[in-house]
Amino acid sequence: MKVRYVLIGILIGMAMINLTGKAWPKDKEVTLLNVSYDPTRELYVDYNKVFTQYWKEKTGETVVINQSHAGSGKQARSVIEGLDADVVTLALAYDIDAIAEKSGLLPIQWQERLPDNSSPYTSIIVFLVRQGNPKNIKDWDDLARSGISVVTPNPKTSGGARWNYLAAWGYALRKWNNDELKAKDFVRAVFKNVPVLDSGARASTTTFVERGIGDVLISWENEAYLAVKDLGPERFEIVVPSVSILAEPPVAVVDRVADQHGTRKLAEEYLNFLYTPQGQEIVAKHYYRPRLKSVAQKYAAQFPPIKLFTVDEVFGGWQKAQKTHFADQGIFDQISPL
Amino acid sequence: MSTRTEPAWIRRALIGIALSFLALFILLPLTVVFMNALNKGIAIYLKSLSDPAALAAIRLTLLTALIAVPFNLIFGVAASWAIAKFDFRLKNLLITLIDLPLSVSPVISGLIFVLLFGAQGALGPWLRAHGIKVIFALPAIILTTIFVTFPMVARELIPVMKAFGNEEEEAAMTLGANGFQTFWRVTLPNIKWGLLYGVILCNARAMGEFGAVSVVSGHIRGQTNTLPLHIEILYNEYNFTAAFAAASLLAMLALVTLILKSIIEFKYRAELAAAGKFVIKMENHV
Repeated sequence: MKVRYVLIGILIGMAMINLTGKAWPKDKEVTLLNVSYDPTRELYVDYNKVFTQYWKEKTGETVVINQSHAGSGKQARSVIEGLDADVVTLALAYDIDAIAEKSGLLPIQWQERLPDNSSPYTSIIVFLVRQGNPKNIKDWDDLARSGISVVTPNPKTSGGARWNYLAAWGYALRKWNNDELKAKDFVRAVFKNVPVLDSGARASTTTFVERGIGDVLISWENEAYLAVKDLGPERFEIVVPSVSILAEPPVAVVDRVADQHGTRKLAEEYLNFLYTPQGQEIVAKHYYRPRLKSVAQKYAAQFPPIKLFTVDEVFGGWQKAQKTHFADQGIFDQISPL
Repeated sequence: MSTRTEPAWIRRALIGIALSFLALFILLPLTVVFMNALNKGIAIYLKSLSDPAALAAIRLTLLTALIAVPFNLIFGVAASWAIAKFDFRLKNLLITLIDLPLSVSPVISGLIFVLLFGAQGALGPWLRAHGIKVIFALPAIILTTIFVTFPMVARELIPVMKAFGNEEEEAAMTLGANGFQTFWRVTLPNIKWGLLYGVILCNARAMGEFGAVSVVSGHIRGQTNTLPLHIEILYNEYNFTAAFAAASLLAMLALVTLILKSIIEFKYRAELAAAGKFVIKMENHV
């Protein structure tokens, strides 16, 4: 029967492709896996090119850096479950804390190992509105107005969304002299205006810019700049509120994985290089606020000065903020209209 | 045709509705995919498909299908053979279990493997201690794909095998054929179209699976991104042309699958009809 020959042929063909195919990773290359969050895709594509070159010149070694991107919380979960990250570059310290706590892959005091709370770059939370700002959105108060549609991701899954939420909360505390009840009402009013909670920052940006939903997107500054640059300055405008939160996305070597792979030195250098003038320049080009004064001055026009507060100042650190606001039955669950 | 009782306008209206539904829900989206893929010209289209990350995704998808499909082919034939030709205890349980992957959400299918092989999972610590990588690597992607495509071949074959009954095999056995000869020369020729049909469906699902694979993949660019995952990433990077170019590959796969499927369905119907005739012939002989 002809079919039998066809079947045998298919099987042989499969075996051949398997033998000759290059789908299996090569053993000899030095590879490093950077597990990161959503909006850093473009930053690390660029950074990896420069770093690979730098490392080659310094040591003669060819290194291949692999990237993985998704919502920050989801990525932390994956590393805990065994995603072999040599370094993690996530959206907030709490997610790396979770890795340290639940898997023991790196020490609990990881954040003290690098300068500036292990955050080589910072960002702030801003608003992205449609061209001409038709709804006249100027500050946080406008987000709670009735008839305004606000887009932000879900704080349960997205790191960026937690920064957004805390920024609104911090603004309200400042406005009503630390009156928690007033702040709660204010944030409740803002979230009442949210028609859809996506799972990650990038998904929310897509909802706002591509699907055309919402009057304002609460967003990382870098993410807002990227959307304006990629999708047209004639379509969107960035609005900087009167006060915002200083978002510090941290980086860390995952000790046990790096040691197992024998990549610790490489991983450490990979993160340290972010703090050098060259690294800071790449960071600034991708609209993250650099830590280094000289680079910050060069890009001053891009980053308007603004009154900022930190999580430590207003919320007593991420552990506390997480427990109070985002844990099960926390404040977010109480005010969430869903 | 005497069975037609509806007036002409009803017939035309029904056909019209069916065709416009098809155009709206299938042709239009397909056209949009190809238009978006080609809107910056064929050169950009080809360039975005030959990007190293895209090539790696295509390779991984093919490799996954190349391993998962033969596996399920062997399993499907064995299971349907056992179910259709023999009686044993717990047969109904086996049938139910084969159907399980179809009734479970793909996300759950992926999570099963995370819970099993993840670092915090049942087998995770042992695997880690022995330096075996399963989760967030090729083995998990293949296992998950096998899991979700598990029922495809078996489900197609069970009714075909049942329709043919045991008579031909019994005849072969009494004439002295051994088990393998019986299978190779009697059973396989009978079920060939059903088998191919199952393989094609299985392959289409293996290449197109998103949810379950997304859970276990780890999304490492150029390494553990299958084609559907790669499309999502490109879309999220505002790289719409490249995303639609990759999507057009999957759309083409779907089209080829559909064409093959209709050819085989045609042959397959003839085969089932032949099976029916065969039974009648036997009865006449008796």
